[in-house]
Amino acid sequence: MRITGFSNRRARLAVPALVLLCVPVTALADPTGGSLSPTNIFAPVSTPAHSIFGLSLFVLAVTAAIFAIVFSLLVYCVLKFGKPTADDGREPPQVYGSNQVELAWTVIPVLVVVVLFLATARVLVGIQTAAQPRNAIQVIAIGHQFWWEYRYPGLKVVTANELHVPVSDPADPSPTFITLLSADTDHSFWVPRLGGKTDLIPNHPNSMWFDPQQTGLYLGQCAQYCGTQHAKMLLRVYVQSRQDFDHWVAQQSQPAQTSTTVSEGQRIFETTACINCHAVTGTVAEGRFGPDLTHLMSRETIASGVAPNTPENLRLWIQNPAAIKPASKMPAMGLSDHQLDAVTAYLTTLQ
Amino acid sequence: MATDAISTFRPDTVSLPLVARLHDWVTTVDHKRLGILYIVYALVFLIIGGIEAAIMRIQLIRPHNNFVSPDVFNRMFTMHGTTMIFFVVMPMLFGFANYLIPLMIGARDMAFPRLNAFSFWLTAFGGILLYFSFLGANGLYGAGNAPDVGWFAYAPLTSRTFSLGHSTDFWTFSLLVSGFGSIGTAINIIATVFCLRCPGMTLARMPLFAWLNLVMAVLVILAVSPLSAAQIMLAVDRYLGGHFFDTQAGGSAVIWMHFFWIFGHPEVYVLVIPAFAFVSEIVPVFSRKAIFGYPVMVAATVCIAFISMSVWAHHMFTVGMSANVNTFFVLSTMAIAVPTGIKIFNWLATMWGGKIHFKTPMLFCIGFLFQFLIAGLTGIMLSAAPFTWHLGNSYFVVAHFHYVIVGGILFATFGAFYYWFPKMSGKKYHEPLGKLHFWLFIIGFHLTFDFMHIPGLLGMPRRIYTYEPGRGWDTLNLIATIGVFFQAAAILVFVANLLWSYFHGDTAGSDPWDAWTLEWSISSPPPVYNFATIPEVRSRRPLWDRKHPEDPDWKYE
Repeated sequence: MRITGFSNRRARLAVPALVLLCVPVTALADPTGGSLSPTNIFAPVSTPAHSIFGLSLFVLAVTAAIFAIVFSLLVYCVLKFGKPTADDGREPPQVYGSNQVELAWTVIPVLVVVVLFLATARVLVGIQTAAQPRNAIQVIAIGHQFWWEYRYPGLKVVTANELHVPVSDPADPSPTFITLLSADTDHSFWVPRLGGKTDLIPNHPNSMWFDPQQTGLYLGQCAQYCGTQHAKMLLRVYVQSRQDFDHWVAQQSQPAQTSTTVSEGQRIFETTACINCHAVTGTVAEGRFGPDLTHLMSRETIASGVAPNTPENLRLWIQNPAAIKPASKMPAMGLSDHQLDAVTAYLTTLQ
Repeated sequence: MATDAISTFRPDTVSLPLVARLHDWVTTVDHKRLGILYIVYALVFLIIGGIEAAIMRIQLIRPHNNFVSPDVFNRMFTMHGTTMIFFVVMPMLFGFANYLIPLMIGARDMAFPRLNAFSFWLTAFGGILLYFSFLGANGLYGAGNAPDVGWFAYAPLTSRTFSLGHSTDFWTFSLLVSGFGSIGTAINIIATVFCLRCPGMTLARMPLFAWLNLVMAVLVILAVSPLSAAQIMLAVDRYLGGHFFDTQAGGSAVIWMHFFWIFGHPEVYVLVIPAFAFVSEIVPVFSRKAIFGYPVMVAATVCIAFISMSVWAHHMFTVGMSANVNTFFVLSTMAIAVPTGIKIFNWLATMWGGKIHFKTPMLFCIGFLFQFLIAGLTGIMLSAAPFTWHLGNSYFVVAHFHYVIVGGILFATFGAFYYWFPKMSGKKYHEPLGKLHFWLFIIGFHLTFDFMHIPGLLGMPRRIYTYEPGRGWDTLNLIATIGVFFQAAAILVFVANLLWSYFHGDTAGSDPWDAWTLEWSISSPPPVYNFATIPEVRSRRPLWDRKHPEDPDWKYE
């Protein structure tokens, strides 16, 4: 075969081919800094997330090598064996196969698969069968359309949408073990920097764990389609120092602080449909369908992370939830302006 | 020759009135007409499904966009997925199989022509039933709505508690009906391949196209049956008080997932094996070489089909299966990469040392090889279960399976369109327009789906109608949406090319590609009876033998 320069047609093929090569490589060589995105899977801060990250890099390296080899072969075929402009009109030599060659490209991939499988199985079993240390934090997460309920058995804390966990010291780990339940449809708990996702399935309890090694706020969102408002079922995990976490627990386990200055709002709250769904510990409100409001104002957001928890947003949420989150299960309460102000005033005292 | 005179004799159907011609098409049992019906039907739904995709991409062009409501978005992705899988790719591939298998094996029709027609009309009815939901899903109240439970319709979202009205029922019954059609066609393909091969055509001499479609048909029977069973169980749950998937009464949501994915994963191979079949016919002809390693290609295909029945739960790595179960499915899923890799190497070896003609069908096949390579490699990433605890249900997975279905299957199918268009229509297509289609489509494809991987790595889950700013997803989604317009333009060029060439193209002649399988030995389009005299073959490339009597294949096979 002559390789005396490419014809125009070949050159025209080569340029887009090289461009196409760059695109997936750029996509795979994603930078690993947490600054790129608060939900970057390549910015791990817990043991399971770190070990998945390590496996990911290994798999990416192997697949990138395979890509480089096979893609080069493809480009070589296209450039070298493109029909020459001065063709003699004869058919090329017919080759029907080769057992040696076939055996080679069967055995080598088998070996690659064995290596990949062993590396994967090691990480998989390591994460799934991790023992639970004595000072692990137990949390029950319950998925609802379209919000998260968190219960800390033993700590007498019930909260919603904002999960608080202590930072875990590698020398004396205090990981968080979460039991995952669902009250209605399937959901999935995914906070990328803390670990992989696990589904919350009704009638099928699951569990997961992570041991965050840095304090901070970690974001995520429901990762299993759960109904109309799946998109706005956001996750917020606050990793706190042990001291801050203990303080938070002490504050959350108190009953609601009520003040006589907002007794009108409290009366409206307790005599309308609000209490069918919402609970405020220490009062007649014992509903379980919606988020527990005992310490509503200790949370930074409402409607599962969708809007900042300000009195204006709270008032709008009670008046017209669809303005913040269409198709949420919170109904518009049909209160007068005066009643809205009173109920909002009451809610803002629930520190 | 006398046979040529017979084969070019055609009843003058053009002079018949339109009603009579339409009546002929509706009542036909001819495998070629049914094949074309399947293909045209699939093209119509391709455009509908494409519009649904475009609506979703426009909604996602920026965070907190309000182009459509959450309800509409959820209906769009449900209808897009269901349409593309069941009413575009499957009918398209069945259409080519129907048209080509009898021609390639020297038969005059499929084994059961009436079953063939029945199967097509069942599939057609299924698609129409699904779309009728837009009008009738709320029963007599007038305003309908399409299903919004996602194309894999996880329980218990499909229960009457969470899915009011009848939209889910339209989904259930349309898939049940078209599923029966698919099984009918699969039985027909198997019977045809086993019983109607011409003299001399042993299984070992059958074109790879027929072999691969035979394997596909077996998989259809194995895969669609559990899906149909699950649909019946779901209907029982919804209307006859069953509790199979009713989690509020002790039913299991996970059982639905198993039922769905033991259909769903073999289904991927039902779709991709016929695409392999196209590539296995087109690459040799445009490389001017026999396929490399024919027996290995057959063995690899059977092997893929066999393994594909035991990988379904890799769709369920996040469902909370035990470490042992997860490990098994990691191994089985990685194992399937080996026969798939063998196929890619064999196609490359077929090109190696050949004289490659870069006609439009070959360009699409080269695109297929490139994209299917990447799709396979992202598939290996996804088979590493802990990696999938991140990637599962993220945009990375969406990008991955669109790489398989669009970058792989659709590219190969476009190649098949251009390759067999002269045979089906008797006309040559417009080559520059074909190349324009290729370049527009490959640019659009890569803009959309290359950049779609990255939001998945940055934590963007699928099936969200809107997303929060500040997560590094905005620009990538914008680029992905821009790609859609290139793809839409490419499809317009494609349809224009088909229409223009059909009415104004040059006459193709019986063998425009100088190819080697039996369909190119008869006129274009073929006569109703296909072969005036049933041919006899002595090798895998009967026309090569005829064209090269000095060096026939049967000396070497």
